[in-house]
Amino acid sequence: MRHATQANALPALRTALVLSTAMLVLAACGKSGGRTGGTTIQVRGSDTMVNVAQAWAEEYQKVEPGVAIEVSGGGSGVGIAALEKGTIDIATASRDMKAEEVELTRRNTGKEPKEFVVGFDGLAVFVHRTNPLDEIGLEQLAEIFAEDGKVTRWSQIGVTIPGVADDTIVRVSRQSSSGTYEFFRDHVLGKRDFRLGSRDMNGSKEVVELVGNTSTAIGYSGMAYTMPTVKMLKLAARAGEPAYEPNVSNTVARVYPLARSLHLYTLGEPQGAVRAYIDWILSPAGQKILEDNGYVPVNPQTT
Amino acid sequence: MSGEALRPRPPTTRPLWSVAGERVIETVIRVSGVSAVVFVAAIFFFIFREAAPVLWHKDFHILEFLFSSEWYPTSATNVRYGTLALTVGTLSVTALAIALAVPFGLGGAVFVSEFCSRRLRETLKIVIELLAAIPSVVWGFVGLTVMSKVIVALTGAPVGVNLLNGGVILALMSVPIIVSIGEDALKAVPDSYREAALALGATRWQTVYRVLLPAARNGLLAAVLLGVGRAVGETMAVLMATGHAVHIPDGLLQSVRTLTANVAAELGEAPAGSSHYRVLFLTGVLLFWITLAVNVAADLAVRGVRKK
Repeated sequence: MRHATQANALPALRTALVLSTAMLVLAACGKSGGRTGGTTIQVRGSDTMVNVAQAWAEEYQKVEPGVAIEVSGGGSGVGIAALEKGTIDIATASRDMKAEEVELTRRNTGKEPKEFVVGFDGLAVFVHRTNPLDEIGLEQLAEIFAEDGKVTRWSQIGVTIPGVADDTIVRVSRQSSSGTYEFFRDHVLGKRDFRLGSRDMNGSKEVVELVGNTSTAIGYSGMAYTMPTVKMLKLAARAGEPAYEPNVSNTVARVYPLARSLHLYTLGEPQGAVRAYIDWILSPAGQKILEDNGYVPVNPQTT
Repeated sequence: MSGEALRPRPPTTRPLWSVAGERVIETVIRVSGVSAVVFVAAIFFFIFREAAPVLWHKDFHILEFLFSSEWYPTSATNVRYGTLALTVGTLSVTALAIALAVPFGLGGAVFVSEFCSRRLRETLKIVIELLAAIPSVVWGFVGLTVMSKVIVALTGAPVGVNLLNGGVILALMSVPIIVSIGEDALKAVPDSYREAALALGATRWQTVYRVLLPAARNGLLAAVLLGVGRAVGETMAVLMATGHAVHIPDGLLQSVRTLTANVAAELGEAPAGSSHYRVLFLTGVLLFWITLAVNVAADLAVRGVRKK
């Protein structure tokens, strides 16, 4: 009886909702019915790459109006998990596919995943704009983030944050399905685990936003996501070695320690529309969009 | 005897279709009633079936699962599945939400039902029911963007997404449900009770406290339980508002992670059939037990009250 009261409470609103949903469905049907060709390419995966994947999809609409491209994020792991089940056409990933993932894909779908390197990215370490720190070594980063690390306060590494009583380091990390998370773990922590208690954000942009709002925070994300409220630290591979700024030229020269490649994965050799789309992404037009989004394009000579 | 023969349609000689129709409807109603039990049992069975194989896996230890706070499902070197921090996260956020929502919710229900004018009541009811219909992801946005800034400004906490934020957002989500169902429960108390209280010279407050609240006890408890149920099961809003850190909190301003948010964030990437995937289903079983325990405890509490 109580449920009935609730259900009857807003009949008008409910009707309106049902009607508007029905109209949306009709509109969507009309659209797809009217499209010539009507091919849809499903792209899923890396949050680092979701912005550029979206930009590619929008631009490709102008080049090839007959092909619709649906892009979603979730993390490299989510894209690869979907590829293993064969539910998408292209997985984007900011890390390499692991041997057991390749094996699982082969077993589930009978096809070999095919890798395309479509660009490069520098993984940047962010601190708040007011933090006096300018550069940091990978060992120090590991001391801050790793499970057995010793650094929990800024004063331990000689940093005084202006206007803060409690200088406990607020660590900002990513959820475990993120390729950025695994890249950081493998290349900074040396495969050790993260110390628990970090704020695990669900997107590249959220990390930078939280660091920008928190004066004692440190976090990592793709360098394309930088904002005026944060500062990117220069990184040194080892203590005493020169530290390099995360930018395009240092990434291309491979002197920046956390440079990584951005991948697309398909099931087997891509055919038809998917093939054409990937070719277009690797063409100067597609690479220009990648560069405009803050990533480093693939140099045709080196691939 | 002859009087019966004069009746136009005596009950014993109803047409066959009427009798059959009644049977069919009776059966339908009985099946609907039983189906609720069947569905709950089936849900539990399927969740448990997905989870069960991990119980015998070499990486899994039931004591570690329940009493360790080390949650490293994707570790490259040492996989550990400890959910204590997540359970504590769920319980602490829920407890805070209940502490905030129950007084406001019951107070609101009493006000809407007993104290305000007819016109105000109609307006309030519509507004409250609209509030109950706001999707949880919208509440999550409110927590992430508005509430976190308010908390940082008022408390000086380093990060605004924390236990307090999650608790306040869940309380805001539960209050409309408690008010709207609680108000129905109070309305269901017969007016003769109010009249009797008035005749005995009780003030309005005495009427509410001594007559209406005890009389509507079961309905009010259902209202609170549905509100709590929303708080325990809520996923999206707490995922966005609590900061999502695996950490046993020792203060209101620390970030936590709940069982539900953890499942939402990780199930998508866990390969189907892997230990990680099965452990996430096992956390579903754990949530099921927590909800069951809350419901049974509430039921026993009500029986205890009734006996007195």
